[in-house]
Amino acid sequence: MIKMQDLQKDFTVRVKAGRFRRRKRTVAAVDGVSLTIERGEMVGYIGPNGAGKSTTLKMLTGVLTPTSGEVSVCGLAPVPQRTRLALRIGVVFGQRSQLWWDLPLRESFELLRHIYRVPAAEHAARLRRCRSLLDLDEFLDTPVRQLSLGQRMRGELTAALLHGPEVLFLDEPTIGLDVVSKQAVRSFLAELGATGDVTLVLTTHDLADIERLCERLVVIDHGRVVHDGSIEALHARYGSRRTLVADLEQPLPSGFALPGAVLTNVTANGHRATFALESTTAAAAVGALVAAVPVRDLSLLEPDIEDVVARLYADR
Amino acid sequence: MGELRAYVALGSAQLRSATSYRASFLVELFGNVGATVFDVLTVLVLFRATPAVGGFSLREAMLIVGLSSAGFALADLTVGNVDRLKTYVRAGTLDAVLVRPLPALPQLLLMDLPVRKALRVVFGFTVLGVAVAANHVDWTPGRVLLVVVTPVAAAVFFGSIFVLSASLAFWWVDSGEIGSAFTYGGRDFTSYPISVYGGWFRNLFAYALGFGFVAYQPALALLGRADPLGLPAWAGFLSPLVAVGAAAIAAAVWRTGIRHYRSTGS
Repeated sequence: MIKMQDLQKDFTVRVKAGRFRRRKRTVAAVDGVSLTIERGEMVGYIGPNGAGKSTTLKMLTGVLTPTSGEVSVCGLAPVPQRTRLALRIGVVFGQRSQLWWDLPLRESFELLRHIYRVPAAEHAARLRRCRSLLDLDEFLDTPVRQLSLGQRMRGELTAALLHGPEVLFLDEPTIGLDVVSKQAVRSFLAELGATGDVTLVLTTHDLADIERLCERLVVIDHGRVVHDGSIEALHARYGSRRTLVADLEQPLPSGFALPGAVLTNVTANGHRATFALESTTAAAAVGALVAAVPVRDLSLLEPDIEDVVARLYADR
Repeated sequence: MGELRAYVALGSAQLRSATSYRASFLVELFGNVGATVFDVLTVLVLFRATPAVGGFSLREAMLIVGLSSAGFALADLTVGNVDRLKTYVRAGTLDAVLVRPLPALPQLLLMDLPVRKALRVVFGFTVLGVAVAANHVDWTPGRVLLVVVTPVAAAVFFGSIFVLSASLAFWWVDSGEIGSAFTYGGRDFTSYPISVYGGWFRNLFAYALGFGFVAYQPALALLGRADPLGLPAWAGFLSPLVAVGAAAIAAAVWRTGIRHYRSTGS
């Protein structure tokens, strides 16, 4: 469905060098990305700010022309065949509206029906489905400029789906949304993905989006793919550590060390210690700890994907 | 066919958006006529001081103004707002336009169709009509054709200049008002008989850039006057060719420009 081979996008930036002089510098926003995404896959694309996520998405949708490399979406070349491709993909930019600012949502949708040349019956059926899944009815007649961000985003999602796209690209679809709206967007997308008809590619900073939606996770940094696989594979590869939190009867003796674990934090006047388990089992660590210090309570925390990713970003 | 329906839908949506702010729409609609009226008044005032400018009487000069402002107003109404491209490029909002299944330029023009400039067109054509009536043209089929084709060719020519100057923004985001030198400056240039301009300046704008064929040469052909600058009579019929040439250049530059679009960071 989507193929990228050595995809590259360079930007020339002019750097100030003296009062009037500017030096040209070439920055590779996307630096040799090769990926294949099959029909029906749900792929999460993450990376720190400026990693090249949006740039990649824009090359896939025909907005930006690649500097070099091959790219094809639905068997089409995005830039030369942009308008044909547009009929087969849906795009949601979290930070930009696709809707008509001064028109009610209902009219925006009607307009999109004409732009995408969708038969009236198909359009009505898809709109009906989105209306019930996304609760659009209460604000369907409100001008877009008066919608809340959460309402607008539900409108944007609907707008991107009314022509029945084969691939849906979402650039930070949950950015700025409150918890309830995030949930609404996620469960809608999960339902959409479950049908298997739509290939979904989303970029996000909110890893909960990925955990909820995507089997496959692509991590990009400095324009290169640094991880491509499941979330579990990411944990395994980056040695995600479980944490052991112990509430102690007496303060932790200074200089205390637990074999195979790292003491990461001591709080409550030494009464609470946190260890990251590196090369030991939980049982061995607990045993060693209980033998050394009287323990009141224990808890073991599974690795958090946020942590893994934070470490991934910090490593560069 | 389907595309045409899409364009009609886009245009009418823009009309509804514009009229959703009714008071400011009306103010702008009438305020806009003012600008065109002043262009014509300037020429009238000039002729208060002198009976002939560049060898042309007031009546003859009015014909040149009429052709120029009818064509310009038509272009300004349909294509003029393409200069908002620079805001779209700066803000990255062109992205939304590019992911729709229609070519970008017609979409942009319809999304921003400045309905408030409609009365300018009416005014421009009124001036043209009055000037034609005042000049006792010796009508031949060729001249009838010419008086119909010239404002359209002028509109295509000015439209191309609008597109060209807007395209600068693809390479140079802060192109600012540089383009206006050629759009509004070009209109002012074509409002007068080109015989008033000095040597190299005239050669550059009138002949090299083609502004002389927008109104001046066709006006000579309509009036049946020999060109004081020596071009043959058929030069007046070149305006459609010049317009098509300009449109081809503008289209090529636009297409190249779109591929240079950089969008914004997120």
